[in-house]
Amino acid sequence: MSRPEDILPPDLFYNDNESRKYTTSSRIRNIQADMTHRALELLDLKSPSLILDIGCGSGLSGEMLSEVAPEDGGPHTWVGMDIAPSMLDVALQREVEGDLFLADIGQGVPFRPGTFDAAISISAIQWLCNAETSDVSPEGRLKRFFEGLYASLRRGGRAVCQFYPKNDIQRSMISGAAIKAGFGAGMLEDDPGTKNSKLYLVLTVGGGGLQGDITGVVNGMDDVNVLDARRKAAEVNGARGPARKGDKAWIMRKKEQMQKKGKVVKANSRYTGRKRRIAF
Amino acid sequence: MKVITANFVTCAVKECKTSAASFPLHFHDAELEQQELDFQPEFIRNVLPRVDWDSLRITANELGFPSLPETKPEGDALNEEQTLKDLHRLLLETQVIEGKLVCGNCGHQYVIKEGIANFLLPSHLV
Repeated sequence: MSRPEDILPPDLFYNDNESRKYTTSSRIRNIQADMTHRALELLDLKSPSLILDIGCGSGLSGEMLSEVAPEDGGPHTWVGMDIAPSMLDVALQREVEGDLFLADIGQGVPFRPGTFDAAISISAIQWLCNAETSDVSPEGRLKRFFEGLYASLRRGGRAVCQFYPKNDIQRSMISGAAIKAGFGAGMLEDDPGTKNSKLYLVLTVGGGGLQGDITGVVNGMDDVNVLDARRKAAEVNGARGPARKGDKAWIMRKKEQMQKKGKVVKANSRYTGRKRRIAF
Repeated sequence: MKVITANFVTCAVKECKTSAASFPLHFHDAELEQQELDFQPEFIRNVLPRVDWDSLRITANELGFPSLPETKPEGDALNEEQTLKDLHRLLLETQVIEGKLVCGNCGHQYVIKEGIANFLLPSHLV
């Protein structure tokens, strides 16, 4: 599948024609609706809240935020940011309820600290991995965005960003930038390994109202497997770690290497790689 | 742009982040519109602690509304339906359709057209 990120910058790619296609295509609308439902499920909002919609486009997801039923804690009030004027124009014609901003999320999030209860972003933040001019870098844009977002959420708030990373490098670049900004972060993948796989970056500020760690977000959800990569990583680091220069393991490896090259190497004994006595 | 949003938005310019004068942004040449929205007392109660009352008074003044009480309604006042309805009318139903938002620190003007504020910055200000 071709990636719009590789074709043009977002404000030019989503011209009048693309914006109209995006908003009228029933296939895209259905996918957007599913993803917004999933994001709302992860946000787990209990009362009418103030939500930031990052890359709101024509307001497809925002519309759903306004329509959440009172028994599910809605309806929510939202503020949307997008960089494509044509998309916002479509949103105006559709008379969405949220407030719209023409803004570049890579330039930061211009709101007071602690403004929002939650933030949602559907298929937007992968655009940050592209720098359109030589005076900005993807890392810099990601940093500004996540730092701005972190500040603008209230303590105990959550953000859910669905995005399409191009590869594992982009995936770790985005999650790494979020963690650096101070978020507690986790990834949820729907239909992993298939063509329809959807990736959600779940972010919490100050614990996100959870008792334990980030895996608490999916407590009580059906069909979710928790893979904790942290424990594995810690075990690997603790048990072996990289062999340091001068270690017994390092010396043995070097001796073996030299032997393979055909050099004369002293035979190994129980004294090989052992420390000398201090008295020496 | 709703009045409640104006109470949260700050200047996007980097140098203004540390300056107190960059908030609130000041309305110039504002054209207003009333839009009927469902009354949600729950939402007002949720968001009111976060509203900066002093800057809301400044904004209301700039938009030509009668002056608000000196202090933010708290405690029992939040159970009076009339107070909440007034706040709902001001915060959510009042929208600025055309005009400008001006930063008190750097003087940068953010143009509002058809209710959409343009917060795109030239790269030297980012």
